[in-house]
Amino acid sequence: MIKFLNVTKQYQEDKMALSDMTVNIDRGEFVFLVGPSGSGKSTFIKLLLKEIDPTIGKIKIDGKDITRISQRKIPHLRRKMGVVFQDFRLLQDKTVYENVAFAMAVINTSPKEIRRQVPNVLALVGISDRANMFPHQLSGGEQQRVAIARAIVNNPSVLIADEPTGNLDPETAWETMKLLKQINRRGTTILMATHAKDIVDMMQQRVIAIENGKIVRDDQKGVYGYED
Amino acid sequence: MAMKTRTIIYSIKQGIKGSWRNRMMSIASITSIASVLMILGIVFMIVININSFSEITKGQFDTIQLDLEDDLSDGDMQNIGKSVKSIDGVKSVYFLSKEKALDNMKKKWGENGYLLEGLQKNPLPNSYVVELMDMRYADEVVKRVKGLQGLEEVRYYKDLVEKILKITDFIRLAGLIVIGVLILISMFVVANTIKLTVIARKKEIGIMKYVGATNWFIRCPFMIEGMILGVMGSAIAIGVISFGYKYVFDLITQKVYVMIAVYMVPAPVFIKSIAIIIAVLGIGIGVLGSIISMRKFLRV
Ligand SMILES: Nc1ncnc2c1ncn2[C@@H]1O[C@H](COP(=O)(O)OP(=O)(O)OP(=O)(O)O)[C@@H](O)[C@H]1O
Ligand SMILES: [Mg+2]
Repeated sequence: MIKFLNVTKQYQEDKMALSDMTVNIDRGEFVFLVGPSGSGKSTFIKLLLKEIDPTIGKIKIDGKDITRISQRKIPHLRRKMGVVFQDFRLLQDKTVYENVAFAMAVINTSPKEIRRQVPNVLALVGISDRANMFPHQLSGGEQQRVAIARAIVNNPSVLIADEPTGNLDPETAWETMKLLKQINRRGTTILMATHAKDIVDMMQQRVIAIENGKIVRDDQKGVYGYED
Repeated sequence: MAMKTRTIIYSIKQGIKGSWRNRMMSIASITSIASVLMILGIVFMIVININSFSEITKGQFDTIQLDLEDDLSDGDMQNIGKSVKSIDGVKSVYFLSKEKALDNMKKKWGENGYLLEGLQKNPLPNSYVVELMDMRYADEVVKRVKGLQGLEEVRYYKDLVEKILKITDFIRLAGLIVIGVLILISMFVVANTIKLTVIARKKEIGIMKYVGATNWFIRCPFMIEGMILGVMGSAIAIGVISFGYKYVFDLITQKVYVMIAVYMVPAPVFIKSIAIIIAVLGIGIGVLGSIISMRKFLRV
């Protein structure tokens, strides 16, 4: 469902952030994106979200070349994808419930549907009892759960996470991974950029390793492969 | 349909919230919009009235009007008529009694004619309207007529009208330039006001983009905020200009200058047209200002 075809991204003249990358990710896969700092992981994700466009090459999502779609269609592309960041990006003046409901409201979901769906998702990520709290009253792991709830509440087919465990202690990071795996079992494709060696090694999922903008390794049931 | 309504209600709420959050800047924007629109109103008022004046007086280009003194006998008046008729270049002379003149004025004023009912004494003079055979006789005829006894005033408007038209053109052009500059300034003030809201909601906007909110949905609250500023600025300008014009018009009609009032555009007519112009421009400034403030920000 996600296809990069000879994708090159150059931010500046002489340096390639991604170079001639070709990769294919199928529906329902769980994929780790690993590699040293500056290797191009976030660039990969930004291209997928069409925050940036490739300098050369095609990116296909569900068979459609997203490098060719109009500005106006971008929102509809993004509704297929949920995103989670290292820094959570929750709205501090909204409660947990409101943070999740907000993601539905801004794409015009009916209040009735919002009232039905938000509790489901909060239950799924296991923070129903925190629904009326504000982000600053939550632990990092709980905040990340809220962020994940928000990312999946609109039922995207892909969940993209850029170092989602980067700010979490190992135990909380594991809880988060279990949650992602659970979401993956429901059929959502997961793409996660990470530096967390232990997690990658334990999860036994597909690992795509990037160095200097090139794929150097792509293993099913792979390992992290770097000594940090 | 329900979808649109929800978006609009959401946007209005956010728009009000935004303009309230930056009250001071909002007030500055509203003041700026109101000022430019008031200046526009004043320029419009001057131009439209001078236009009306020249429209009305155009018909008198090739006629000379002789206002007679108030205490003349019928015989005196007839003699004056005969003397005028005998001047070279005069085609015809037509007597306009003061009653007829007042009647004409009432007709011209239309629904405002009632303002003239209250007059205790007809302030208009009896007069002769002199039609010339050709414009080139004008100066000579005017000179000869001025030598006659019993005339209060000789009114010949051609030069005056031309001069006034030139002044109107100038006022219109100068006004247009000043207003243009002021509109740009107030648009800039609005843009900066709304930019503050945009910055305050930066994180929210980022999230909206990631979850796939449409640009229209993201922009709408800011456009509404601009519109709120525009509507409030316009409302103030319309209020001030309408009351101001009414005041001036009433002052002129009810006091000594009835003669001038006939050339003025009646208040309701003026207010209706200026209100529409002010409202459209005010809202336009607000919306354009908000679009400018978001232009750079809303890419991605
Ligand atoms: N907006 C930008 N302008 C210029 N260069 C950029 C920009 N964003 C990224 N780069 C460069 O592109 C390369 C890849 O960056 P990217 O953020 O994709 O790395 P990363 O793999 O996510 O690194 P990290 O693990 O540290 O997050 C780096 O050399 C980076 O300096
Ligand atoms: Mg990165």
